[in-house]
Amino acid sequence: MNHALPPASSRDDVSGFSNVGRVRWWQRGFFASQTAYVAIALVIIMIVMSVLSPAFLSPGNLANVAKNFSFVGIVTLGVTLVIVTGGIDLSVGSTMALSAIICAMTMQAVAGTSLDSIPVLGMLISLGAGLATALAVGLVNGLLIARAGLSPFVTTLGMLSIVRGLAYAVTEGRGQAPTGPDVDLFYGITDGNLAGFPVAIIYLLVLAVLVGLVLHHTAFGRHVFALGGNEKAAALTGIAVERVKIAVYILSALSAGFAGILMVGWLGSAPANLATGYELTIIAAAVIGGANLTGGVGGPAGAVIGALLIEVIRNGLVLAGINAYWQIVLVGVIIIVAVLVDRLRTLRLTL
Amino acid sequence: MSLLVLQDVGKEFGAIQALSHVDLTIQPGEVVGLMGDNGAGKSTLVKIIAGNFPPSHGKILFEDREVHFTKPVDARSVGIEVVYQDLALADNLTAAANVFLGRELKRKVGPFSFLDHSAMNLRTAELFGELKSETRPDDVVRSMSGGQRQAVAIARTRLSKAKLIIMDEPTAAISVRQVAEVLDLIRRLREAGIAVVLISHRMPDVFSVCERVIVMRRGLKVADKPTSQSSPEEVTALITGAKEAA
Repeated sequence: MNHALPPASSRDDVSGFSNVGRVRWWQRGFFASQTAYVAIALVIIMIVMSVLSPAFLSPGNLANVAKNFSFVGIVTLGVTLVIVTGGIDLSVGSTMALSAIICAMTMQAVAGTSLDSIPVLGMLISLGAGLATALAVGLVNGLLIARAGLSPFVTTLGMLSIVRGLAYAVTEGRGQAPTGPDVDLFYGITDGNLAGFPVAIIYLLVLAVLVGLVLHHTAFGRHVFALGGNEKAAALTGIAVERVKIAVYILSALSAGFAGILMVGWLGSAPANLATGYELTIIAAAVIGGANLTGGVGGPAGAVIGALLIEVIRNGLVLAGINAYWQIVLVGVIIIVAVLVDRLRTLRLTL
Repeated sequence: MSLLVLQDVGKEFGAIQALSHVDLTIQPGEVVGLMGDNGAGKSTLVKIIAGNFPPSHGKILFEDREVHFTKPVDARSVGIEVVYQDLALADNLTAAANVFLGRELKRKVGPFSFLDHSAMNLRTAELFGELKSETRPDDVVRSMSGGQRQAVAIARTRLSKAKLIIMDEPTAAISVRQVAEVLDLIRRLREAGIAVVLISHRMPDVFSVCERVIVMRRGLKVADKPTSQSSPEEVTALITGAKEAA
């Protein structure tokens, strides 16, 4: 009884209903996105900067820029997933600190025990402890938001304070330095170089590719976008909304924990005030890169480009000898300009 | 064989009698208009058929077997789909992504499974072709007209091989031309042997596509007759109560 429908016999039958023209290629997809505009702006800024200051393109400075933006970039990837679902994660800066601290303190704790006899094991346990801490923070965020139905803003604002407080409480305010027999290896994998590049940027690029693959080529990624587009519709189609939400908060926290551990290698210590205020830079990077805080839009390219733009401007102001305080002003201006340009562009297209 | 039979179905919410003694039959491939003023019992009736809640009294038979739906999935599993007024589409996704949302086609690559974009686009294009809709699988829903959105929502129900599609006010709040487009989609469904219950306030729509019109008033079925033996004037009178029953 459920026959196939007859095929459309000719286009003429339906010509009366073809009321939407196809937009040009440059008005569609990536080329029409805020991410593309910001990428162009980034390239122009970098060209201008290399002309104005020869130091900009020096290997030392580039390595510095690469390292600095990688930490923020990695967390921006995670937070972008949350933002695409229509949520927000303000607890990432604190999570970076607590994971870093737990990792360093675990290294101190296992150093000198019998675990030293098995190479690398102590370090793996420490890395595991740091990441497990992040996972726990993400799980609490996810459960409170998805199961208890609390607002993501309020939940993660609370966690920002709780986790930062824990970071101070467990260290009593003292910085924790990694120690033990694997410490050189630890510095190697967190702050070393691979083929001439700082490892941090390699991690960032690999993770960005992975996030892109997951977002655009797996059912999970599709559901992340669906949640941000229309959560009610997602639930009606049978998507496990709660599970997807919990997963994105866990991934966001894990990206923060990972970046925090990398920062320990860079700084040589995990202070309790590590990455204080980073959550705002990270969210700014996501938004500049084109993620929409109302959900449904965003991606890894935007996360990387947004994070890089902020760092390049910060670096440029330093090289130009301008007071570092102005960078804070400028980042704010860029956030608003990036969103404003996108707004004007969409207005023009719809009018 | 009748597709759907309701026998003496009633529903009470506390002391409120939302629906009483409703008998109705829907044949395969039949397009039936369901009309009535707000609060007449249309929504309650539809929610019982769609499995949102069970009736307080009466029996429901689907394809001659008695069914007891307690949740929408139960109704969906036998072949009853609802196209909601707000359509339940994700605006930021393409037509194909919406059609396949929650039941994506995947391709295994080693231990991982990835979306099979080309298979989904192809199948969606087929569905749109069958519906004679000029909607493209890779167009984003945000940029679509109301009629095209209806086509996406209907294509979703086609994918699940629905036998009965309940459409809730599909022509409310869209342009005249899009109304024609939606009515055409309903005719395509009938040609394919799919029964449609069209809930509408728009007399011309019901009289142009429906073979039969059911009128509800105060929880009672006051009329159930072929559109060819009725008129918009009579139906209006039945809805408002100027005429008791027909």
